[in-house]
Amino acid sequence: MTPALSITATAILAVATKVDIAVFAACVVIVLCGAIGVVVSRNPVHAALFLVLTLFGMAVLFVAQEAHFLAAVQVIVYAGAIVVLFLFVIMLLGVDREENVMAEPLRGQRPLAFLLGAIALAEIFLLAQGTQWATGATQVAGPAGGPGSNVEKLARVIFTRYLLAFEVTSVLLVIAVVGAVVLARRYETTATESPAAAQVEEPQSPRSEAPLSAAPPPAAPDESHPDESHPDESQPAGEPDAAPSGAR
Amino acid sequence: MLAAGDPLFADGVDLTVVLIVIAKTVVVFGAMLVSVLLLIWFERKLVADMQARIGPNRAGKFGVLQTLADGIKLFFKEDFLPTQADRRVYRLAPYLATVPAFLSFAIVPIGGTVTIAGHQTRLQLADPPVGILFLLAMSSIAVYGVMLAGWSSGSKYPLLGAVRGSAQMVSYEAALGLSTVAVVLVTGSLLTSDIVAGQSGEGLFGIIPNWNVLRLGFIPFVVFFIAGTAESNRPPFDLVEAEQELVGGFHTEYSALRFALFFLAEFMNTITISAIMVTLFLGGPSGPGPDSGLIGALLPVFWFLLKVFAMLCVFVWLRATLPRFRYDRLMDLGWKKLIPLSLAWLLIQAAFLVDVKWGIVVFTGAAVMGVLLWRAMEVGHGATEHEAPAPPKFQEVR
Repeated sequence: MTPALSITATAILAVATKVDIAVFAACVVIVLCGAIGVVVSRNPVHAALFLVLTLFGMAVLFVAQEAHFLAAVQVIVYAGAIVVLFLFVIMLLGVDREENVMAEPLRGQRPLAFLLGAIALAEIFLLAQGTQWATGATQVAGPAGGPGSNVEKLARVIFTRYLLAFEVTSVLLVIAVVGAVVLARRYETTATESPAAAQVEEPQSPRSEAPLSAAPPPAAPDESHPDESHPDESQPAGEPDAAPSGAR
Repeated sequence: MLAAGDPLFADGVDLTVVLIVIAKTVVVFGAMLVSVLLLIWFERKLVADMQARIGPNRAGKFGVLQTLADGIKLFFKEDFLPTQADRRVYRLAPYLATVPAFLSFAIVPIGGTVTIAGHQTRLQLADPPVGILFLLAMSSIAVYGVMLAGWSSGSKYPLLGAVRGSAQMVSYEAALGLSTVAVVLVTGSLLTSDIVAGQSGEGLFGIIPNWNVLRLGFIPFVVFFIAGTAESNRPPFDLVEAEQELVGGFHTEYSALRFALFFLAEFMNTITISAIMVTLFLGGPSGPGPDSGLIGALLPVFWFLLKVFAMLCVFVWLRATLPRFRYDRLMDLGWKKLIPLSLAWLLIQAAFLVDVKWGIVVFTGAAVMGVLLWRAMEVGHGATEHEAPAPPKFQEVR
């Protein structure tokens, strides 16, 4: 088993460089196209789709780095949940109109963005000088040691060494969920109780005066009740995920 | 990267290996297209039988070529583009719906190991190291097909269908994932081939199979089944299309080949989710029979197809039987029932894996918590219900 594996490893290494470079080049094109598209798109939905493209390119890069689990999670969580929620909000709020990207909401925002971008890029290059990141080796720290799959290693590290950070993150998520629910509930009680209370107080009086026009009022709160529970129930699903994604 | 599970790549990659992979891909792709054709016909026929109708009987023997005729008709129809549509996204969406449906079938093991042209290979298109996570990734991508189709049509009903459809799919994905975790927990591996291998042994008394559906105590299977039905937008969860309220749902504006692609994707998803359920819970291709020779190679495929067919029958049966869920009931079922249930079951299962004592403790704890939660929800419902006015009676209009 072991010699066969090592032969496979050397055989793969021999082709690896070419294939790796090709994969890397393709991914770079995809990621950069997506990233530029996000910034340049006039339509928010298009921007979100370009973001998905970028995330996909990143996932493929993760696979090329043998971080299969990370790639899968990238697609499931970011492409599958977070961007879907972005799109959801865009569609629900109806802000999916074309926008003029040349308009500056904040004065001096654009030159500042260029400056900060240049600083970040310089920082990355500087860091890349210090360590040997740009050697073309697949991993920075070598293959993650020991037997077992990606998932096992990740799980071991998360549940031992980084347990506190992991649990604190989960608490953060719970706080976000609770906060979203609290915000949503308060809105609901003020909005729906007033017509219901008004109706309880005087149920008969309008009906006796004008039966034709009075038929809708008793029906309206009834019909609106199941409808109004939608946004409140889908918001805890929507908001908490969107909030931590911004925090990350 | 390549040498994950399949013995095909153990000796490196040469031309024969590449050809075998291509052949496998083409065969699976063709077989899936044909099975979609047959499934649509079968569904129409079976539903017709259940409703005491005849169903398609014109094209071919027993109307078996009806779907092909429909497909050809759709192929030659004009492809409309609504004026309000977002052109590029509108054109892209059908492919985003179809491709994941095909791709997620790739991880399903169809049979055992066979030898082709001196190379040993599994009857499975791909065995990626992420295994069953690939299914979740693909099902989360499938949301885009529905969502973008509805949005890009630039029309009200498709948008409504898309918005509630994508909310449904995102919600049920959680339940789907949690019930999958139960399987991964007992198997100890994400690979679908390992999941199948883990179920192949002898079960209780040598008669009852060692399938996950029994080992996990039914609940993950039921949750997966419901969530899978919702994920693939099958009735009774077909709120995305809901003909009575949304015209045709997210694909109202689509015509010709692009509409056919959505149709294809829907039935493809049904087949895929059945195959995944067979893989995860019903032992995959394992079944009684000899292990070697030609029969040993073909019999697992037969068992696999038989099980998938049984699952498909259940799906068709559901469609003929159950009325569509109301949207808020659907969300209730997903968030308030399926997710807590699968979470609690996952905890219990993990505890039983550690120790029986722990298992019983956690089971009792989960039961108590469940009763408390149920009571709390009852109280909550009671508080809102007595304030809510009674349903209005129909009034005579003078």
